[in-house]
Amino acid sequence: MKIDKDTVDKLSTLAKLEFENEAKDGIVNDLSRIITFIEKLNELDTEGVEPLIYMSDEVNVMRDDEVRVEITQDQALKNAPEKDSDYFRVHKVIDN
Amino acid sequence: MKNYTTLSSIQADLKAGTITCHDLVRDYIYKIETNKHLNAFLEVYTDEALHLAKELDKKLQAGTAGKLAGMVIAMKDVICHKDHRVSASSKLIENFTSLYSATVVERLLAEDAIIIGRTNCDEFAMGSSNENSAFGPVLNPHDNSKVPGGSSGGSTAAVAAGLCLAALGTDTGGSIRQPSSFCGVVGFKPTYGRVSRYGLLAYASSFDQIGPITHSIADAALILEVIAGKDNYDSTASSKEVPSYSTKLNYSGKAKIGYISECINNPHLDSEIATHLKNLIKKLQDEGHTVEAVSFPFLEYMVPTYYVLTTAEASSNLSRYGGVIYGRRSSNATDINSIYVKSRTEGFGEEVKRRIMLGTFVLSAGYYDAYYSKAQKVRRILQDKTLEILKSYDFILLPTTPKTAFAIDSVHDPVTMYLEDIFTVQANLTGLPAISIPMGKHTNGLPFGIQLIGNKFEEANLLAFSNYLYPTK
Repeated sequence: MKIDKDTVDKLSTLAKLEFENEAKDGIVNDLSRIITFIEKLNELDTEGVEPLIYMSDEVNVMRDDEVRVEITQDQALKNAPEKDSDYFRVHKVIDN
Repeated sequence: MKNYTTLSSIQADLKAGTITCHDLVRDYIYKIETNKHLNAFLEVYTDEALHLAKELDKKLQAGTAGKLAGMVIAMKDVICHKDHRVSASSKLIENFTSLYSATVVERLLAEDAIIIGRTNCDEFAMGSSNENSAFGPVLNPHDNSKVPGGSSGGSTAAVAAGLCLAALGTDTGGSIRQPSSFCGVVGFKPTYGRVSRYGLLAYASSFDQIGPITHSIADAALILEVIAGKDNYDSTASSKEVPSYSTKLNYSGKAKIGYISECINNPHLDSEIATHLKNLIKKLQDEGHTVEAVSFPFLEYMVPTYYVLTTAEASSNLSRYGGVIYGRRSSNATDINSIYVKSRTEGFGEEVKRRIMLGTFVLSAGYYDAYYSKAQKVRRILQDKTLEILKSYDFILLPTTPKTAFAIDSVHDPVTMYLEDIFTVQANLTGLPAISIPMGKHTNGLPFGIQLIGNKFEEANLLAFSNYLYPTK
């Protein structure tokens, strides 16, 4: 399948990525090429085959629902690019 | 100091008093320094490792040391280690410091392994050459103009060059076994669920497994028995009991081995590697093992299935990186949406973005059934057919890689690079354990491995037979 620039725009909005100029041409070409490659799968008859979703043999692994402090607020904020004493900081979300 | 290739020889010398852990760590640090050009390590914990070695020497004196005392090990840079950085070789989280340790790290430390540093890899473990690291490529220690393979290329290069005794890598489609083949070391991918993934930066959650990279089968067995097993922090980790693999390495009896004729007669397989494999088959038959050709006419479908499913999982797993609660935030962001968009666009490398886009495509409305569901169904067929072979045979024998290590900056087409994984993805698609064992050197001077796939959770059998093929010296 040939991927066009419109499709790349839609996908990049969903993926929160941006492709401009040469990068956009590049991703259009790469995706077209890779998607053509994966379309090989259409040759296989999968009528009536159940999709394989879970790889683990474990079923319903349960634990007691106990309250535990896994990380403190200080620790949670430790790697934040922008923060104040209590919160992660971002640009203003709601207009006045 | 000697170039040690087994923990048992290190422990013998520690016991004899000819070396101390402190000497050992100092020597490894010296080797890391003198091999800096390989770019295998992103960070070396010099002071900490030397300090831990001193403490360990005291424990050895007191007779209280754990069973990995003397094991100097490196961690692929996707495994969390409390109060240490973990960056997945990505600019986006270059300075992220982990708040907790992965289960594998906890278990290694509990047995007194010394973690010497974190190793370079392809960004977010996506790649087959280590050229996708934001911190530069790793060089193959056997030939510096060649790649070490990927994505655990820093780990395999470090072990091959003697910069540490062992390393942990991760394997989503061959990322332990392919670079192990290229670097001439042992690389083991356990059964899906054998080792907890808690504290592993996820790439594709239904494929990823952590495993050991070593010189010997004995050390692979020892590390596996330490890191494997049930974990309250990973519900996909198996509750099956962990055998003491390291004490079960004597293979007695005759094995039944199936080799996939489509792999051995593959036109892309290097003719010398093919000859080596055919000679090995003959040798095993002469030794009384049953080695027979089996047909698996699905080879061409494996890499496409792998890329649909892993990119879908990656697009979801990597949505957490947005420059808000951690990671590098773009200085070009002007509002909440552009924090995410600009930080991700500037922070992720080209291959990571390519895979997120492909994963977003196969999961998007209108294409989900045709691509994602379709690949899940094909995955079922591939698993059924592989398990069918393993009903009649103990192991499947196949090459690890089509060729020896290729030149740095020589593969530019993504599909050509993806086909590097042609023989390794089967184990991940089916969740089975697999190992790459060094087979010696090609006439071009580079090492290569052969691969065995075993039955689910039958690591003991697989390791014992591997030790028969490649005896621990």
